[in-house]
Amino acid sequence: MVTDTEITVYHRPATLTDLGTHYCPGCTHGIAHRLVAEVIDEMGLRETTIGVASVGCSVFAYNYFDFDFVQAPHGRAPAMATGIKRVLSDRIVFTYQGDGDLASIGMGEIVAAAGRGENITVIFINNANYGMTGGQMAPTTLPGMKTTSSPNGRDVESQGYPIRTAELLATQEGAGYIVRRSLHDPKNIRLAKKAIRLAFETQVRGLGFSLVELLSSCPTNWGMDPVDALRWIEQNMIPYFPINDFKVHPVIASLRI
Amino acid sequence: MVKELLKGNIAIAEAAVRAGLQAYFGYPITPQTELLEYLSKRMPELGRTFVQAESELGAINMVYGAACTGVRVMSSSSSPGISLMMEGLSYIAGTELPVVLIDVMRGGPGLGNIAPSQQDYNQIVHGGGHGDYYPIVLAPANIQEAIDLTVLAFDLAEKYRSIVIVLLDGSLGQMMEPAELPPMQPLRESYPEWATRGAIGRERRIHTSIYLNPVEQEKTNLRILQRWQEVKKNEVRYKSYFLEDAEYVVIGFGTAGRVALSAVRAARAEGNKVGLLRPVTLAPFPAQQIEALAGSSKGILVVEMNSGQMLDDVMACVKGRTPVHFYGRPGGIVPLPDEVLVEIHRMTEKSGRLNGHPRDQWLERMVQHI
Amino acid sequence: MQTEIIISGFGGQGVLFAGQLLAYAAMEQSLQVTWIPSYGPEMRGGTANCTVIISDEEIGSPVVGSPKVVLALNLPSLDKYEPLVKAGGLLIVNASMVDRAPQRTDIQTVMIPASEIAESLGDKRMANMVMLGALLGNLPILPEEAIAKVLREHTTERMQKLLSANLEALKRGMNYLVEKVK
Ligand SMILES: Cc1ncc(C[n+]2csc(CCOP(=O)(O)OP(=O)(O)O)c2C)c(N)n1
Ligand code: SF4
Repeated sequence: MVTDTEITVYHRPATLTDLGTHYCPGCTHGIAHRLVAEVIDEMGLRETTIGVASVGCSVFAYNYFDFDFVQAPHGRAPAMATGIKRVLSDRIVFTYQGDGDLASIGMGEIVAAAGRGENITVIFINNANYGMTGGQMAPTTLPGMKTTSSPNGRDVESQGYPIRTAELLATQEGAGYIVRRSLHDPKNIRLAKKAIRLAFETQVRGLGFSLVELLSSCPTNWGMDPVDALRWIEQNMIPYFPINDFKVHPVIASLRI
Repeated sequence: MVKELLKGNIAIAEAAVRAGLQAYFGYPITPQTELLEYLSKRMPELGRTFVQAESELGAINMVYGAACTGVRVMSSSSSPGISLMMEGLSYIAGTELPVVLIDVMRGGPGLGNIAPSQQDYNQIVHGGGHGDYYPIVLAPANIQEAIDLTVLAFDLAEKYRSIVIVLLDGSLGQMMEPAELPPMQPLRESYPEWATRGAIGRERRIHTSIYLNPVEQEKTNLRILQRWQEVKKNEVRYKSYFLEDAEYVVIGFGTAGRVALSAVRAARAEGNKVGLLRPVTLAPFPAQQIEALAGSSKGILVVEMNSGQMLDDVMACVKGRTPVHFYGRPGGIVPLPDEVLVEIHRMTEKSGRLNGHPRDQWLERMVQHI
Repeated sequence: MQTEIIISGFGGQGVLFAGQLLAYAAMEQSLQVTWIPSYGPEMRGGTANCTVIISDEEIGSPVVGSPKVVLALNLPSLDKYEPLVKAGGLLIVNASMVDRAPQRTDIQTVMIPASEIAESLGDKRMANMVMLGALLGNLPILPEEAIAKVLREHTTERMQKLLSANLEALKRGMNYLVEKVK
């Protein structure tokens, strides 16, 4: 029974639609969606935000957010976002991209966008494989990790090394805010939310390109139950992809929220 | 050799391996990915080259590079990925290199879906990349053909220094049928006289597609065209069913051709004299055969899994000599034999002239689906 | 002669595998055969189905609108495919997983508690074998021995361990005979 001493401490963010997602049970895509929606709510940006969905499991992200959205070709979301932002410079434009989309086929677009200091925000989901197509090797696949296209484990001699995207993009002069966070436990999820907030704050203030890399799970293609998958992020991904701030604009660094 | 139950994507991959594929470069995309996944295991096992590229753009240019060295090289993809390869294909054509490409088509345009479709016909058959070039296009309709045509693709590519594309829809990639794989060919030991493999004890060789002097470019284009004339003379392939006494003809390739075969059999069972022409080479197109059928038949029905792309090529051969009808299911839908049978009835019942373009007529009948 | 068979159920009920067994067996009998799965987003968690066409001549369309035989392993499959079975055709229903009987009277129907039978033999996942047995019992398109041979020769080690149970499941299914409709 509701009494006047009860307060709601947990509710669905207003900008998250009332739809069950198509993500697999235990997949952290859903958490990332929620964090973005909470930030958009808190900053009051629903009416001015335009999202750009990419190609990957999150291709249907537009179904879950209650604001304008477009859907880009594989890897090209930063270019589409640029087109929108250049025409509507007072709007908030963000892309939501997986690691295959952003760090493989779309590596050109993302580096160019960061280099131009494009005033957009990028939510980058690193789950160490191509989820949607059934778990092939991605640029973020760890050495020795088995995927459907590295059946004997990623052999760095012939298949190269995982790319540390946040570190790479932080070398760009045009970048205003580049950090890596993880979604494997509540504490890290809270830190991830704060980072997403700061990334949007960067854009609102016109301080250049902002990106939050989120270490994320893919229990389905990793062949693990959801809890093991979270543990796997902590034990295997974080050592290779350290959680860190790689570039933070001084204005953002001094921001208290 | 014994028959095995083989899945299309895997059968093509293994056929290419046995045809002497030395290097594969690709990128995952449904419904073709199993081909790449299979080769990610198989090629290294044999000490051959497999690279999952950063994109289809990367893949086709890796193919371009490897082709310069004279080895048997291949990539595979599906519609959106093939679109990305178009620039590379034009360069490869302009450099006159032999390359094999597998396109397992899905529904579109755009991201579309992963259901079977024949949406890439125009892009593949009529170029897609810029410039005057003529890829050879092979269209299997079953797993055995997919195997045989993949092997043939490598031979034709080298014979005519041409791009050869094996064009199939997603359902063939996923389908299993009994089929026989060819014996393993040894990898080649000698290389064509144009291969750039290091100028050891010989003059240097160069591969480029830039001809700043238009006169040289024109020469190249004419040379490519001349080779294409040879292809047209020698390499037309098709399958015909019940054509000997056919009054009406159905034309369809790949899976649409197979669906049409069921419909044609049903029409025959009803006593209708209907036959089927199933082009196996889409380029070169069986133009003479279709011209002859236009002269001898009371009507032609084109069936495709798109909005009528091959239709234009058929009409160019028919030149108005017999009514042409069209039935298509675009967007990732495989027509059912009964639907095609209805269209056969429509054709045989009113065999007179059509008023209007067959595509317009068809669209009017499709309004119910919009 | 051509027989079209659609096998449909939840992902995990082994419908694709059952179809492949049929395809292998048909191949062993030197018949023409085509196996085609539903593929795509449908597969993740949802329903799965495959079409198997067995013929003594070149197979035309790999897809059919009205199959001669349907094996429905769950209720959504029964709902979807009952109306499509060709008149005079055969509909085999996993009675363990549905709460209604088929309504059509112009087709043969077999209601067989396949999941229960499979469970009594040690593993519910063998319901697909029971259903296959019911198919062969009621429409002898392939000899039982052909399927048994494939089970012995073309399956994984895990299946091999369960071989005798699977063969038994097949047999139990074959005993569920129905009367032919005129
Ligand atoms: C040009 C092109 N190539 C390939 C594909 C196929 N494709 C769809 S999703 C995807 C990978 C997505 O992986 P990722 O970006 O890591 O996202 P995830 O699914 O893991 O969230 C690929 C390769 C495509 N749609 N378009
Ligand atoms: S495949 Fe992986 S990334 Fe995609 S929804 Fe499932 S768990 Fe998430």
